Amino acid sequence: MSRLLVCPPDFFGIEYEINPWMRRTNRVDHGRAVRQWHELMRVLGKDVGVVLEHMTPIPGLPDLVFTANAGIVVGRTAVVSRFRYPERQPEEAHFEEWFRGQGYDVITVEQELYFEGAGDLLGFSEYWFGGYRQRSDIRVFPILSERFHREIIPLDLVDSRFYHLDTCLCSLSGGELLYFPAAFDRYGQAAIAERIPDKLRLAVPEDEALQFACNAVCVGKHVVLPTGCPTTQAWLHMRGYETHQVQLDEFMKSGGSAKCLTLAVD
Amino acid sequence: MNHYQERVCLQGHIIDSLVLAKVLDLILMMGGTFDLEDVHIGKTREEPSHARIRIQTASRTLLDDILKAIQPHGASIEREADCCTDRAPADGVLPDDFYATTHLPTQIRLNGRWLDVGRIEMDLAIVVHEAGSVAQAVPMSEVRRGDQIVIGREGVRVIPLQRPRERDVFGFMESQVSAERPHAHIIADVATRMRQMKERHRERQSDSHVLLAGGPAIIHAGGREALTWLIEQGFIHILFCGNALAAHDMEADLFGTSLGYGLTAGRAVPHGHEHHLRTINRIRAIGGIEAAVTSGMIKQGIMAACVRQGVPVVMSGTIRDDGPLPGVITDSVLAQRAMRALIPGVGLALLVASTLHSVATGNLLPATVPTVCVDVNPSVPTKLADRGSFQAVGLVMDAASFLSELARLLGKST
Repeated sequence: MSRLLVCPPDFFGIEYEINPWMRRTNRVDHGRAVRQWHELMRVLGKDVGVVLEHMTPIPGLPDLVFTANAGIVVGRTAVVSRFRYPERQPEEAHFEEWFRGQGYDVITVEQELYFEGAGDLLGFSEYWFGGYRQRSDIRVFPILSERFHREIIPLDLVDSRFYHLDTCLCSLSGGELLYFPAAFDRYGQAAIAERIPDKLRLAVPEDEALQFACNAVCVGKHVVLPTGCPTTQAWLHMRGYETHQVQLDEFMKSGGSAKCLTLAVD
Repeated sequence: MNHYQERVCLQGHIIDSLVLAKVLDLILMMGGTFDLEDVHIGKTREEPSHARIRIQTASRTLLDDILKAIQPHGASIEREADCCTDRAPADGVLPDDFYATTHLPTQIRLNGRWLDVGRIEMDLAIVVHEAGSVAQAVPMSEVRRGDQIVIGREGVRVIPLQRPRERDVFGFMESQVSAERPHAHIIADVATRMRQMKERHRERQSDSHVLLAGGPAIIHAGGREALTWLIEQGFIHILFCGNALAAHDMEADLFGTSLGYGLTAGRAVPHGHEHHLRTINRIRAIGGIEAAVTSGMIKQGIMAACVRQGVPVVMSGTIRDDGPLPGVITDSVLAQRAMRALIPGVGLALLVASTLHSVATGNLLPATVPTVCVDVNPSVPTKLADRGSFQAVGLVMDAASFLSELARLLGKST
């Protein structure tokens, strides 16, 4: 059974601006955010049937809720993130502590190499895609590739609104891919097209990409995604997936949605 | 010339992701060039690939801009070490393991930055001045005790010559020497270059000087008139020669002979062998060549043209010289120094009918200076090439024919 790491949004809010979505003036309705988060947990736990592992929220770390950026977990090994922005760097110790507490072999990358976990590294069993330039450093991928014997295809993220790879690309369990082509340059688009045939690839329309349609959680034949993405949903249905929509607009104020709020730990 | 360069490494899954293609495209789009020095492509999908790229640009700023642009794509500057230096133990003595230069553009790495070596010349050492901000090639004899001299090979790089834009005979940059090669197109290319140089020289542009190093065979063979015309017309800006060329040139003016042979009659004149001695003696008596020309004693010829045109002449003496003429430098180290001082600014070198002066001048010239070596004896251009001046184009022909044809192409009426 799949396990996902999550962190309750007790201290979630917008206290700084480190991506184009964040505006301190755009206040989070905290009660609403909490209700949206619990609804996501209900869908994941009950409808999808995953096991949820909870982190302890920490005051002063509003983005700890986005556990996708804790690091990556491969088998019993966890690579802890190294955040680019100082605002999120204090999260590293808490994520590391959680991994150690769970008995993972913990690896950290070099001090000067930024790596923002599953937010920038995702893919399929044989190979992964690695998003770089906005947050993670491309030089981290050869290190992880060697460590996990996995091909990592770096993709340059060229649109700051799609600052993590998981905001514009989502790999599905059946080998399909949701992505927003304009978030990549022509080299990245060509590299993606080279790997994934047309019929397995949905170029998400811009309005749905801006709803973070690609920030979806796929577990088996279930896909949990934000509301307001009908084209994406229809395509997923056609591919045989069961979709679950969750209203997560309070988290979109911070530039995150379903996928950002979870980390696969199995 | 792309003088600025840096090596970068790129590794990971750079082929399928097109990261390598992107980096190379970026370099070209920004105006740089590259050499892919080493590419290893992973044999399996898992195995990473790596590439080593040498980037070249025409300016330091552009190189920095390119490095900045490709760095986010993982291109990291290859770890390179600074060069090592040691103090010269005594005047005229280099540290034992000094770096010996080639005549190709050379850079040394100091405090993490690549620095051009000034006044590059083959078989010299490199001295570092002013707290590492200036590097210059230095002859052994010029070294002073305590000078910082580059030692070993680390942190020194030699930049291969780029093909020049001009698609002429100098573009091949190789000295094939053969008496059987046609001459006409080579002389035509030399003439074209000289025409350009004259224009550049008039506009006071850099590297616009034409240097001619010549031997007395120019006079004996009948090339005096053509060379005089070339100097008078402003096509030649520096002359290197010995005692003999100057003596026979002025002998011809005073006596109509060259080494005693009547230049027009073509036969030995009674007591003609004394003419060059009498010439030298008269010049010594009047005080020097310039005085001889300005007083009207010497009216025509190569030396007269040089004086009138203000063309600097370095006359280097040899052990067999008669006289010598005033102005001939008999200390070979001093002569070398005087020649070396005139090399910066030379954009074309003609080495004509002199083994000694051709090889000596070839040794002083950077490889970037187009050079043509003309001699009836194929061993002269061959010797020049064997001693490292690979850029010299060899022309096996008589000096007079060469100079006359050159002058004709440049507009001298026959």
